Amino acid sequence: MQLSNLISGKNELAEEVWVALRECTPVVLGVVPFGITCGIMGLTAKMSGVETILMSVFVFAGASQFIGITMLGAGMTGWGIIILTTLLVNLRHLIMGSSLAPYMIRLPFPFQAFLAFFLTDEAYALTITRIHKDRYSVLYQLTVSTVLYLVWVLATVAGVVLGSYISDPLTWGLDFAMPATFLVLLIPLLADRISLIVFGMAAVVSVFAALYLPGKWYIIIACLIASLIGGLLEGDSENA
Amino acid sequence: MRSEVFYIITGMALVTYFTRFGALALFRFTGVPTWLNRWLKYVPVAILTSLIVPSLLLPKGYLDISLNNHYLIAGIVAAFVAYKSRNIIATLGLGMSIMFVLKLL
Repeated sequence: MQLSNLISGKNELAEEVWVALRECTPVVLGVVPFGITCGIMGLTAKMSGVETILMSVFVFAGASQFIGITMLGAGMTGWGIIILTTLLVNLRHLIMGSSLAPYMIRLPFPFQAFLAFFLTDEAYALTITRIHKDRYSVLYQLTVSTVLYLVWVLATVAGVVLGSYISDPLTWGLDFAMPATFLVLLIPLLADRISLIVFGMAAVVSVFAALYLPGKWYIIIACLIASLIGGLLEGDSENA
Repeated sequence: MRSEVFYIITGMALVTYFTRFGALALFRFTGVPTWLNRWLKYVPVAILTSLIVPSLLLPKGYLDISLNNHYLIAGIVAAFVAYKSRNIIATLGLGMSIMFVLKLL
């Protein structure tokens, strides 16, 4: 009796891990080219291979790593603006964290702190989908998080290795990989009127700011103005 | 490792972790305030746009809207592929191939 309970309990756990692995496979395959690009871009920006890989190990945030690397490559070694931009880019995780909070709150506090490190867009999307389909499963979140993390770090290593064989990646236009990858992230977001307005505002403001302001301030200025307008429009349409 | 890169990686790691754990620690009893939620909602669109558009229109630091701007041409094609396929590999593959061909011409 006890033994069979134990076995069926183990089977349930194994089943949960299996479902998690199956469901995260397509997402993980999508992460690989980003990780490889990240590795190549690191070398392009004159970072060492070790620096590029350590960034993936400790930061583990695709978009902000691309931005940080791009800024470093542009000769911006002032760490304040890079860290401020990273903060702005990752502010969206506050929303994801608060949407998972009702479920994760039951976990032991140190374990919440541990899982939070791995809360990427992808891990969030998979975990919240699992909640809507079935229920919250900490084992599911843990499996998805671990796989995404390992693949991200290994793909970065692969990119660093590949990049070292390409003598000067810039002459081949490899820096185009950054806007191209962001396009794939951006276009599905442009699904409603307000998002399109925010897109238009950010495009106009960023180009003008890039022409007239020093450094990479155009990113922060355009982001603040355009997202604020989006928030105000959202408020208006809710009140109407 | 250079010390400025070390500081940048440490700082990026700390602020990223703050955004991921901050909400759990801060809003777990109250929920996210409505005004912040509205503002945060459009941050991804705004920041991705302000990264992409200048890098395609001003790849060398000055406004270049011409057929000589390979980044702009490859970017328009990549945007179309991204719209149709929603696929990273297809978009990256075709965009980079166009860049490569334009560089050879």
